[in-house]
Amino acid sequence: MANLGRIHSLESFGTVDGPGIRFVVFMQGCPLRCQFCHNPDTWEVNKGNEYTPDDLMEEILKYKSYMDYSGGGVTFTGGEPLLQVEFILEVSKRCRSRGISVTIDTSGFVFNDTVEELLNYTDLVLLDIKNYDPIVYKTITGVSLSPTLKFLEFLKKNNKATWIRYVVVPQLTDNLDSVRKLSEHLDEYSNVERIELLAFHKMGEYKWQELGLDYKLTDTKEPSRELMEKVTEILSTKGKIVKSNI
Amino acid sequence: MRQEWQGFEGGSWVVDVNVRSFIQRNYTPYEGDDKFLVGPTKRTLKLWGKIQELMKEENEKGIIDAETLKPSTITTFGPGYLDKDNEVIVGFQTDKPLKRGIMPNGGIRVVKKALESYGYTLDKTTEEIYTQNRKTHNDGVFDAYTDDMRKARHTGIITGLPDSYGRGRIIGDYRRVALYGVDFLIEEKKHEKKLLENPNLGSPDIRLREELSEQIKALKQLKEMAASYGFDISIPAKDSFEATQWTYFAYLGAIKEQDGAAMSLGRVSTFLDIYYERDLNNGAITEEEVQEIIDQFVLKLRMVRFLRTPDYNDLFSGDPTWVTEAIGGMGIDGRTLVTKSSYRILHTLYNLGPAPEPNLTVLWSVFLPETFKKFCAKVSIDTSSIQYESDDIMRDYWGDDYGIACCVSAMRLGKQLQFFGARANLAKAMLYAINGGKDEKSGEQIAPMFAPITSEYLDYDEVISKFDQTLDWLSELYINTLNVIHYMHDKYNYERLQMALHDVDILRTEACGIAGLSVVADSLSAIKYAKVKTVRNEDGLVIDYEIEGDYPAYGNNDDRVDNIAVELVERFMNKLRKVKTYRNAKQTLSVLTITSNVVYGKKTGSTPDGRKAGEPFAPGANPMHGRDKKGAVASMASVAKLPYKHAEDGISYTFSIVPKALGKDEDDRVKNLVGLMDGYFHSKGHHINVNVFDRETLIDAMNHPEKYPQLTIRVSGYAVNFVKLSKEQQLDVIHRTFHER
Repeated sequence: MANLGRIHSLESFGTVDGPGIRFVVFMQGCPLRCQFCHNPDTWEVNKGNEYTPDDLMEEILKYKSYMDYSGGGVTFTGGEPLLQVEFILEVSKRCRSRGISVTIDTSGFVFNDTVEELLNYTDLVLLDIKNYDPIVYKTITGVSLSPTLKFLEFLKKNNKATWIRYVVVPQLTDNLDSVRKLSEHLDEYSNVERIELLAFHKMGEYKWQELGLDYKLTDTKEPSRELMEKVTEILSTKGKIVKSNI
Repeated sequence: MRQEWQGFEGGSWVVDVNVRSFIQRNYTPYEGDDKFLVGPTKRTLKLWGKIQELMKEENEKGIIDAETLKPSTITTFGPGYLDKDNEVIVGFQTDKPLKRGIMPNGGIRVVKKALESYGYTLDKTTEEIYTQNRKTHNDGVFDAYTDDMRKARHTGIITGLPDSYGRGRIIGDYRRVALYGVDFLIEEKKHEKKLLENPNLGSPDIRLREELSEQIKALKQLKEMAASYGFDISIPAKDSFEATQWTYFAYLGAIKEQDGAAMSLGRVSTFLDIYYERDLNNGAITEEEVQEIIDQFVLKLRMVRFLRTPDYNDLFSGDPTWVTEAIGGMGIDGRTLVTKSSYRILHTLYNLGPAPEPNLTVLWSVFLPETFKKFCAKVSIDTSSIQYESDDIMRDYWGDDYGIACCVSAMRLGKQLQFFGARANLAKAMLYAINGGKDEKSGEQIAPMFAPITSEYLDYDEVISKFDQTLDWLSELYINTLNVIHYMHDKYNYERLQMALHDVDILRTEACGIAGLSVVADSLSAIKYAKVKTVRNEDGLVIDYEIEGDYPAYGNNDDRVDNIAVELVERFMNKLRKVKTYRNAKQTLSVLTITSNVVYGKKTGSTPDGRKAGEPFAPGANPMHGRDKKGAVASMASVAKLPYKHAEDGISYTFSIVPKALGKDEDDRVKNLVGLMDGYFHSKGHHINVNVFDRETLIDAMNHPEKYPQLTIRVSGYAVNFVKLSKEQQLDVIHRTFHER
């Protein structure tokens, strides 16, 4: 059977999902149901358009000069890209042979032998930790935190370059005690090169409405600059590099 | 060597007029960063303050003042000053700053109309002279136009033609005046004229002898004009100040007498840098003084004004003058042509704030020093005032001493000019193909009558074959129309000073243009890949279209449609190549609309791509807004496929992005913008305007123009003050694709 990938959409000028100019592949399907998700249209596993690895590779190669000149590459995000790890592995092997760097943006929820193999062909992992408090994590995502932390552990063992991403949502992920604990936890991980703070925004709210889903954060405000600075300060201890998009 | 040239390395430039040789032997490439730059002097700030007050008054009134009596020539007006104590570089077009002169040689009716639209009245005697005694370019053109030409002009299938105003797009090599002094140039011209004493004097030589005599007179008047300011420019400039002032005088002479659509400056910053370096090395001048000279030169260039009519503003809005200065690039020997003065002239955007003029144009090469690339990207992010063009493409065609006329038209300085030809509306031509040569709005027969398409659904092959026939007709009519215009312009409105600053033997290009490229490409794609149903009125004329299904749209890096656009450019260019031109000009083509995409759209009925009658086209070579769905790079990759070899007059692309979409912080944004341009130009993109701002800023500026007097945005090939655009054009800019993922 052909190894097909289900893809939600492609973006030729990604500048916020890894270094340089990135060709961003939004994979279809996600096991998490994050309350602040701005791409709920990527959740359903059976939607999207089917691509063979060769189809996708043909698209990717059209943009090679932009990646080369900017130090960019390809980023697989979604959705949860690792739900379709076989497909991504095939494409990543092809990228490696053409000298294109690969970044995976994941929640770390999926882990198996194929994921392990994929990491050999991955240059950078963007690991989204939605919260460090297991109960809050479950509330936000509907699933458990522990697979994510195990995934991080594995990345460390393999010395895989990792950027941690954390979305700051007032009244949801601004539990600063847990942020402090997360910060201490990350102190142990020398493979974590930077932490990216993403300010919550509601630009995806209309998609929830289109899909007939119940958006719980209608009344939630975007985080203040003070809050972003506070979280930055907590996470910046012991020389960790924190970048925030505010 | 002459006294003024002490310290310069000699070469062929010493014997013959050869500015390139002078530059190559004497310039100092600069690969360092921007740390040496300094702020404006007190004098500059005082002067700029006064100018800003005048500009504010001008914004409120439309214009500050206009001449109503004396037609403008090089010497019509005595010296004019704004603030003698603080003015370093001197000279205005008329006797007062920002006062607009009249140049009726192009056409007296336009002058009269323009004056009246601002509440001025043309002097009766002047009007009489130009209606009774002295024929104008405009009269000549209409004496010779055929019925077909008049009809094509009236329906708007060919528009924006320079048939009632100056054609512009000719760049005098103004540097020659600084390097050689005027007397040397006069001797050269006399010599050239002497060589034209043939036993069998035919009309081309007679014309040239007359032109050379006019050139010599213009050079003499230029000396006279400079003398009125107290300077003797018969001899070469001897220092930094004089080199800049002499260059400006030469340019000033041109804009005193010609009000062409685009009056570009050329490529002066690296040339002037040689004088600055010599004086800096001798300790004769400081960095502050050099920056002051450049700032003040740029202030003068910001004050260039022409009298325009309101319809002209619809086509080219925001009062542009296209004082285009080409910056940077690489030499053919591999050294960069970036100098400290490339930085200094861009730095005026900080010292004096952003502004649309001069039209600062960076000649980008992937081989430019990384420090300079980053500096340019930073200036773009901060000011949105720069455009970029591919030096790597153009150097192959035009060498390493070309300038840019107007927006995207490259020409070797002093060796080449173009006959400006505005553009043909290919979207309308496609509708003529469908309707058997009838205009889709009026029903009038414009193109020759041939069988219209009668089927309910459009068939790709049938449309293409009829479109091809229509383009045969259009290309002949178009070139012939331009031949009439340029014959008359040479006869009645000859650019004698600008031509005095050219070699005697030059390459002329017949610069044609396309409007509506993305509309046609998408329409043909819809016909080919979806089903397009015709909607007819009671006379059987197709007036609208219904699309069933999806089609690949231009701007998504999809070869199925991008190749249609590529093929169209080549097809039209090849047809133009077959038609004989006035003075054997070489046919070229641009994909550039300036702001006329709005007017062209207004004059064009519904098109098979789903665009409704009256809606604007996309500007230049841009994809239609909202149809490029794969992000910025996919969009520019489609544009980069258009072949420069079939569009040597330039391919314009305008790119607008919100700051956050460029990257998370300033470092990332600069790095990503550099990467974006390297990728684009490496992929054979020709031109890009870079705008970095939020849509909200523009909406706020529309509602509160007083808060944004200097908000500058790049539109097709030039920059404008956003608040000077018409409401319609402001909305067009706001609706245009912003990349903001």
